[in-house]
Amino acid sequence: MNILTPFQKRKTARVDSEIFSVSRRDFLKTSGLLTGGLILGVSFFSCDSKGKKLATLAPNVYLSVASDGKVTIVAHRSEMGQGIRTSLPLIIADEMGADWNKVEIIQAEGDEKKYGNQNTDGSFSVRMFYKPMREAGAIVRLLLLRAAAKEWQIDVTKLDTQNGQVIQLGSSRKKDFGDLVQTALSLPVPKVSEIKLKDRQHFNMIGKETPIIDLHDIVTGKAVFGIDAIVEGMKIAVIKRCPVVGGSVKSVNDRKALAVPGVVKVITIKGAGLPATLSRPLSGVAVIAENTWAAIKARDLLEVEWELGANASYNSAIQIEELKQVVGQEGTLRRKRGDFDAAKANAKKVIEHTYIAPYLAHATIEPPCALAIVTNGSCEIWACTQNPQGARDAVAKELGVAAEKVKMNVTLLGGGFGRKSKPDFILEAAILAKESGLPIKVQWTREDDIRHDYYHAMSVQRIVATIDSQNKLSGWAHHIANPSISATEDQAVVQPSDGELMLGASDFPYNVPAINIATHDAKAHLRIGWLRSVRNIPQVFAAATMLDEIAEARGLDAVANALELLGEDRHITFEQELIKTTYPNYGEKIEDYPWETSRMKKVIERVAKESGWGKSMPAGSALGFAAHKSFLTYVACVVEVKVSQDKKISIPNVYYAVDCGLAVNVDRIKSQFEGGAQFSASFALKSAITVKNGEVEQSNFDGYQIIRMPDSPKQIHVYILDSDAKPTGVGEPPVPPFTPALCNAIYAATGKRIYTLPIDLTV
Amino acid sequence: MAKYSILVNGKKHDVDVMEDMPLLWVLRDIIGLKGTKFGCGKALCGACTVHLNDTAIRSCSFPISAIGYGKVTTIEGLSEAGDHPVQEAWEKFVVPQCGYCQTGQIMNAAALLKKNAKPSEQEIEQAMQGNLCRCGTYNRIKAAILEAAGTPVTAG
Repeated sequence: MNILTPFQKRKTARVDSEIFSVSRRDFLKTSGLLTGGLILGVSFFSCDSKGKKLATLAPNVYLSVASDGKVTIVAHRSEMGQGIRTSLPLIIADEMGADWNKVEIIQAEGDEKKYGNQNTDGSFSVRMFYKPMREAGAIVRLLLLRAAAKEWQIDVTKLDTQNGQVIQLGSSRKKDFGDLVQTALSLPVPKVSEIKLKDRQHFNMIGKETPIIDLHDIVTGKAVFGIDAIVEGMKIAVIKRCPVVGGSVKSVNDRKALAVPGVVKVITIKGAGLPATLSRPLSGVAVIAENTWAAIKARDLLEVEWELGANASYNSAIQIEELKQVVGQEGTLRRKRGDFDAAKANAKKVIEHTYIAPYLAHATIEPPCALAIVTNGSCEIWACTQNPQGARDAVAKELGVAAEKVKMNVTLLGGGFGRKSKPDFILEAAILAKESGLPIKVQWTREDDIRHDYYHAMSVQRIVATIDSQNKLSGWAHHIANPSISATEDQAVVQPSDGELMLGASDFPYNVPAINIATHDAKAHLRIGWLRSVRNIPQVFAAATMLDEIAEARGLDAVANALELLGEDRHITFEQELIKTTYPNYGEKIEDYPWETSRMKKVIERVAKESGWGKSMPAGSALGFAAHKSFLTYVACVVEVKVSQDKKISIPNVYYAVDCGLAVNVDRIKSQFEGGAQFSASFALKSAITVKNGEVEQSNFDGYQIIRMPDSPKQIHVYILDSDAKPTGVGEPPVPPFTPALCNAIYAATGKRIYTLPIDLTV
Repeated sequence: MAKYSILVNGKKHDVDVMEDMPLLWVLRDIIGLKGTKFGCGKALCGACTVHLNDTAIRSCSFPISAIGYGKVTTIEGLSEAGDHPVQEAWEKFVVPQCGYCQTGQIMNAAALLKKNAKPSEQEIEQAMQGNLCRCGTYNRIKAAILEAAGTPVTAG
């Protein structure tokens, strides 16, 4: 099953490789436009709005140029607020010299063979597709330049592209792209080896601020999300799911439900049981109705007797108490440097604390929803999915058809954060459409969403830090217990995977002579998934608040402590210290994306400078610091907190310095950091999922709270370091350092250390 | 089931629906206006905000039977060409990320400015606290409202 976790290696993309040339190959099968072994630039003919036939140049699957000058760029990654429908197309447009106002962006359906990887998570998109997008644009640019050179009978080096035209340097001669299409169609498509990418000083869009392309549609209510997809004859399904993971339907009384006006039928879904899996729906009973309200009302009238199964006795509070004991033990050593026991024995001071963080739900404001039509062994879906290819494969498997029989249309996502990587809600639509013979839109309610998520796992950790007689940090032991994502597929898994451990634990970068990273058993009783920045959330909360405590114990300020512990400029490697554990490096080779202490030091120094680190603050106010590299992006954060007499927390300022390599769309980098701080503030101050007798106790935004405007961080200042390094993603990296920086600020303001999330200063 | 005649964006719609059907589902499922969003169904998130006679209401928790002769305005009817000052300010500050909650945010902000043409930052925070944004666009929302109110906005 193609359900990759956010830190697994993906198929890399090469724009001139087979997988990106399917449309061309398909065309060649029928057109015979193959001369001398060279592939020509034509792919298809389209029509303009008046029905006039247009010649279209489409040398790869990502873009085409029509003879009317329109440039069409395919957005193949899912848009969920990170701005990727704008940021990847603008790379192409900039490289080819297109007129952005004449660019139309269309959303690709899920098709890995055609587009390469489309699984939109792990902050992968810009990192993985920056180069292929530039190459795609550069190939078309060169083709158009050659077309003009042929027409004008001059050397190609005397030409350039600008605003959708080829121009002759030092002359007023120019020609629109569209007018060059016919000539370009007679030329061979350049190979990647023939192109020369633009120098940075010639970028018009990369490194600048481009508004998102869907802006006007969003503010006028025209943008189409998953919930907005409609087809004729569509019915709405709302499902009552087993309240305990792994349970099943014993019996159903649907008499009252069927009496609700507009109800069409009731269908029982046989779900996954245990393991719950990342790719099957839960067991439940669906009401199919003419409209959403009838379906919701009737669903609430269903009388279902459940076989609750093994998880019915699960209580999260009890498991947390058990794990507090468990992390006090030795555990399974996963990383070892030096002799921690000796460091502890010789320590002048030992600091030891246990850190608790709760389960979290994604709570996208658009609840999961999907529309499916199943006819004669084929299926068409419209869904707000982060992973259209994985969903397509899962639907094909569920329906017993080939993936080619499933067409997966991707809408805008009203938030994703990892929830919409899982295809369970899409499978529900496909199952019900097949069973009923009707087009079915499955609509999750907020209660469904909060009670039946793939949760971010709760966490119990213990960290022991030792300081020697030279006032050096001599030892670091980090003990970790949390239900693993892997347990959702395989219940036998009780310890974090290498990928989970890498997120803020086994990647501890500091120069400490003795390090132990150990994991402990924790069984999963819910569906565990991944949430924006994943295990970095609890692991960096624990590690970066402990570092603040270490700095205090050493009599250093937190920034000086971090800079000293990072040590000399070098590339850090982890593999040699790992025990039966790998270091996945977010799916990239460590040679390609090394851990560079110099880059981390620069973001720390920058954030210290911009925040006025060290300045005196009024009583009740303070700054707190944390820094963390995640998803290959370096981030340092300073949070200013104000704690009132009645212990109310407000956050007037947040300062971020980031090194994400070359910045692509500066405005969307800033917006990801602004939003990342708010996202993290929800976990720091508001959110917790608890489980009693196997059932999630929260069900809506009253019980499961997220940050609202009055409590939200006020000014979020983002400083992007100038860099020529390979671009890395920014969707997740803002999240991890915010919460520990806030906790450290609260300590500086109040003298109270935070060991449990969400923060509660009244206890 | 009962018949209702409601005025939405200046146009009369005759619908035959359950008495307790929230306005949200009348708008989305029966009339086909999709700009108003479903977020919680309990008036806790504000994604479904529309105007009833210029007052912001949560349409997910407002039964059709309570509309009476009131004038309903949705995002589709806020302006002719998407050029309401609030919408223009939203575009200027590139407020949205995923965009899902934004029509509700805009409708709530427009209703606020109708009642209070020059709200302070604190008044904005109080008025907007019922509208959740999971992407965390709150500061740009605030800046856009100040802009629409003609209050100078300092870059932050």
